[in-house]
Parts: sequence; structure tokens; C-alpha cells
Amino acid sequence: MPISRISAAFEKAESHNRAAFVAYMMCGDPDLDTSFEAMKALADNGADVIELGAPFTDPMADGPAIQKAALRSLANGTKLADVLSTAKRFRETNQDTPIIIMGYANPIHKMGYAEFARAASEAGVDGVITVDLPPEEDEELRLGLAEVDLAVIRLATPTTTDDRMKIVADGSSGFVYYVSVAGITGSGTGAQTDIQAGVDRAKNASGLPVAVGFGVKTPEQAAEFSRLANGVVVGSAIVEEVRLAIEAGAPEDAPKRMGALVKSLAGAIATGRS
Amino acid sequence: MDTRNTWDKWPDENGRFGEFGGRYVAETLMPLIHDLEKEYNAAKADPEFETLYRGLMQDYVGRPSAMYFAERLTEHFDGAKIYFKRDELNHTGSHKVNNCLGQVLLALRMGKTRIIAETGAGQHGVATATICARFGLPCTVFMGATDVERQKPNVFRMKLLGAEIVPVSSGTGTLKDAMNEALRDWVTNVHDTFYVIGTAAGPHPYPQLVRDFQSVIGREAKAQILEREGRLPDAVMACIGGGSNAIGLFHPFLEDEGVRLIGVEAEGSGIETGEHAAALNGGEPGILHGNRTYLLQDDDGQIIDAHSISAGLDYPGIGPEHSFLKDTGRAQYLTCTDKEALEAFQLCTKLEGIIPALEPAHAIARVGDVAKELGKDGLIIMNLCGRGDKDVFSVAEHLGIDIA
Repeated sequence: MPISRISAAFEKAESHNRAAFVAYMMCGDPDLDTSFEAMKALADNGADVIELGAPFTDPMADGPAIQKAALRSLANGTKLADVLSTAKRFRETNQDTPIIIMGYANPIHKMGYAEFARAASEAGVDGVITVDLPPEEDEELRLGLAEVDLAVIRLATPTTTDDRMKIVADGSSGFVYYVSVAGITGSGTGAQTDIQAGVDRAKNASGLPVAVGFGVKTPEQAAEFSRLANGVVVGSAIVEEVRLAIEAGAPEDAPKRMGALVKSLAGAIATGRS
Repeated sequence: MDTRNTWDKWPDENGRFGEFGGRYVAETLMPLIHDLEKEYNAAKADPEFETLYRGLMQDYVGRPSAMYFAERLTEHFDGAKIYFKRDELNHTGSHKVNNCLGQVLLALRMGKTRIIAETGAGQHGVATATICARFGLPCTVFMGATDVERQKPNVFRMKLLGAEIVPVSSGTGTLKDAMNEALRDWVTNVHDTFYVIGTAAGPHPYPQLVRDFQSVIGREAKAQILEREGRLPDAVMACIGGGSNAIGLFHPFLEDEGVRLIGVEAEGSGIETGEHAAALNGGEPGILHGNRTYLLQDDDGQIIDAHSISAGLDYPGIGPEHSFLKDTGRAQYLTCTDKEALEAFQLCTKLEGIIPALEPAHAIARVGDVAKELGKDGLIIMNLCGRGDKDVFSVAEHLGIDIA
């Protein structure tokens, strides 16, 4: 069920001749109840897939927006088990939108790879992205997730050579996340021709849908990227809405603000290819 | 049993020392660390690289460093004979330069045109900035904002050497945050940038190549003690933050099972207080900064900030080979509190006329215990890995003396 839920989301988008919209948010930022509401807001406003960020103290691949979101979440006491229980709460209200947990290795390593896979499966999670577990190091997690039919979503990047693309593809499931530019989340984007070439390489090697992310902030960029790949990922811009809500003294408005941004991005993606 | 192959074979082809080490980095960096490994192996087999490195180590760094019989400290502790390996006499004032020189030569070989580094106390930053000045390479040093404040002389030194200093205020503004930020820079500028990691940690092949470049300490020490005393020491000792000076001293003695290897971790206010930097004695295995190793972490796998009077030991992790040596029992890891380190700092200064850095002051504190345990027939080599000029301001502050 979990991997097929991801495939179904990409197929549905493709059947409407549009890219799937993958929306990222940090779980527990500013608190778990608000995150649960935010997940619903994302799904209701056009997100096809939700990437639920699991906070880590030392997010080496993230820019300032997601770093700060992680620290806000941790300051509020969020644990990995809380991320899974928030996913579960959402799954009880929504059977269609795939949930991907995105985070770093150590909290998962601490829980135990097999234990995490079992708990994620019970929570209705569909796939996992672990930024600092490259193919060479993800075997234990991969085997654990395979037991419960959860997808292992790997990153491919502009530095991934053709030979490595095969290594990345072999063992990937669900989709491949193509990082548009060598850099951290929320930074600039690469040249479109380069991105197209990278996406095609990832697609040919894996036979899976490819979603492209890092640096997509505006509806215009989202529309452009939707022409290059099967999916478009937006993260930092959505997470920034939480910060803006907090700074405006109304953190409870975060889901509404995130929903409004997601709606405009989804609209741009819906017509991006026409 | 011939243990020769047992200790020398690590890391394996996956960059592991037993179950520690590995390559836990984002995909963007994976092709580069594979390239680095290939280039390092080629450099090791290249006599020209060796000649260049050795020549500069002799004429620019000032090696071999002296082996000094610390006579008055030996008398004071009234036990084993204590020798200092004088790596604080190196150019730039610590062992760090041994590794920086090697890595910058590798960077040049790989055609990289920009160098980045992280630094805690500033010793690695100064050493990197120095080698970059020597080769005319632009250098950016990431340093925690807290450390920029407490290590002002080194910050100015790096600026004089032409380096750009980036204060890092994310997290607690110490070494681990500087390392996060250096990794972020590297991932962004991977095409032209070489990351000179200062300690024997990070993704493979860094723990190996830092160890190899630092092993000059142990090789020299072994030859020097054989010449002076006609026998191997009973124990070799060093302080441990990430563990580069210790692994450099230990590695050439690994096969000599009669030589005890003793590392000393920073215990800060005491392990029981939670305010310490003793990853091996007070942490658990986990994954951070590219390797699986002992880490200070909470029940949910979040990293806990380290605490130490010494900025150079203020790190929540440890090089993976030390984790391996601990678990196999080949090396032993003791601890030393801030207070004990301050006392040892003053003791060494008064008795030997050598102002040690606060980092090796931790080792000096435990040398006394081991010397007593071994008795008068015993023989100890301790690596005096850095000089204390950089620490005089903070030591004055801790002693409540105003010298500003």
C-alpha cells in the first residue's frame, strides 16, 4: 500500500498533465497540533505529497530557514515518535496523500532502523528520505523499510556521475529526489538545461518518477520546474510562513498562511505545462 | 598471534574501523569524497608528493620536533620517567600544521583553488591560514561566534594571514556548529573548494588521511625514545577532542601491544553534571559529521552541546578510530576536569618553563597518575601538542586576574 500510494499520487498528477506537488513542512514547528492542522491545510490546498520534516540539531544540508524551523521544533520538545504520531493523526483523516518522513540519520539510528521502520509503517507513513544516508550507508534502513513496503527515496544531485546514478537508482523506490543545484535547501537554483539533463539521467537510470527541489520559492519557479520533472518540491518557502506567523504574534495562523502559499504554488503547477 | 594485520588493516574498503567510521554525507559530496580517496592513494604512492611534503615538514614546520625529558615534573610526581614530545614547537604552535600541510598539498594536486576549514580554539584555523598564505590560496575559516569571542588572538592571527573568518552563530556557536557551516559551504562550492578537516573525524577518507599525516608524531617519538632509552615506553598519552594528535601518537605503537595507549578526554565540570566533552566516557555511538562514532546525544538522538574550558576539546564527537580502539580495549580513555586542567597548566609552566595549551594540560593532569602507577622503572611519552600563548587571557580570567 505505502509505495503504491506514492505511485498513485504521481500517476494522478500525470493524468492531468501536470507535475505532482511535493510540499515540505517541519513537524513540531511551532507545535504538534499546529503541524497536524498544517498537514491538512497542505493536502486541502493542492499538495499531492507531504514531506514531513523530522527535526535534528545539526541539519548539515539545510539552509537557515529549515535550520531555524528544526530548532523551534526541538525547543518545543519534539521527538521522532511525535513526528510519527502526528503522521498517524493525519493518516486517520486522509487515506490518499502520501507522507514522506524527511530527516537525518542519527535520531533514526538511535531509535533503531528496524524499530523505526515498523513504527513508521504503523503510523501510515509511505516513504523516508534520510539526507546523510547515501546508498553506501543505507542498507540497514533500506532492508527495514522493505520489510514493511515503505519507499526509500534517495537524492540525486548535479555532482552524481552516470556511474553513481546507477548506484542511486538501484534500491530507490517511490520516486527519486533530484537536487537542482549543489548547495543547501533554500538556496538558488541551477540553470534549467542542466536540471533537465540531470532529471532525465535520474529518470532513465531508475525508471521512477523524479521530483526536483532545492531553491523553488515562487509560483513562477514552480511552474518552470513543473515542465522539467514529474514532481516539484517546495520546502523553505512553506516553512518561512511559520516564522512569519510567529513573528506576527499569531502562530495559530501558520496553517492558514501555509495553505494559501500552497494553493498559489499548486495553481501555478497545475497550469505550468500548458 | 601476529597482530600486525589486525591493527594495520583499518579502515576497510568501506572506510570503517570495525563498526565505526563510514561515509555519512549528502549525495552532493559523495562523488567528491570518492575522488579524494582515489587522489590520496595516488599521492601516497607518488615519491614526488612525499619529497615535497617531507621537505616542507623539515624546513617550514621545523620537524622532527624535540623529545624532552621533563625532569622536574618527573621528580614532582615521583614515579615513571616522563618525556614530552614537543609538537608545540612546530611552526604555528601546535600539531595541527602536520595535517594542514598534507591536505593543502592534496588540494593543489586535485586542482582545487579555494580552501575552507573549521576551527575551535583557532589552532587548526591558524595552521590552515598559514599554509594557504604560503601557497597563495584563498582561505575561509568557519568559527563559532562563542569561540571568536574567547580566542581573539587567533582570530587576529588568521586575519593577518589573509584568511576570511566567518563567525557562526547557529546552534551554540562552537566547533560543531562551525563544522556544520563548513559542510554547508563545501556542498555549495564543491566544484572548486577543498575542505581541510582539522581532526581525525568526518567522512572517510578524512579520519585515515588525518591520522596518516599526524602519524609523524608517533614515528618520530618511537625512534627518539629507542635512541634515548633503548626501549619502548610503557605508555603513550595525549589529550583527545576529535583525537588527531592522539591518533598520530598512538598509531605507530598500535602493534606494540606492550605499550599502553592512553587518551584523556575533557570532563568539563564533571561527567555527572552533564557539562562535559567526554564522548567516549559519557556518550553513545551515533552518526554526525560524516561518521559513525561515540557522540554526546540525548535519548532521541539529538546532539548535546559539549562543555570544556578548552575550545579545542569542546566537541560532542570523537574520531571513529578512537571509538574502535576503545571498544576493542586496545586504548584506554581517561578524563580530566576543567579545574584539574587549570592546575596542570600552572604546574607545567612553573616546573618546566613550558606554557602548555589548555588541551594538553588535560593530559598532563593524568600523566601524574599513570607515572605513580607505573613506578620509577616506568617510561611515559606524552604529546605536548600545543603551546599555551593563545590561552593566557582565558586562564587569567578563570583565575580571576585582570590583565587587560
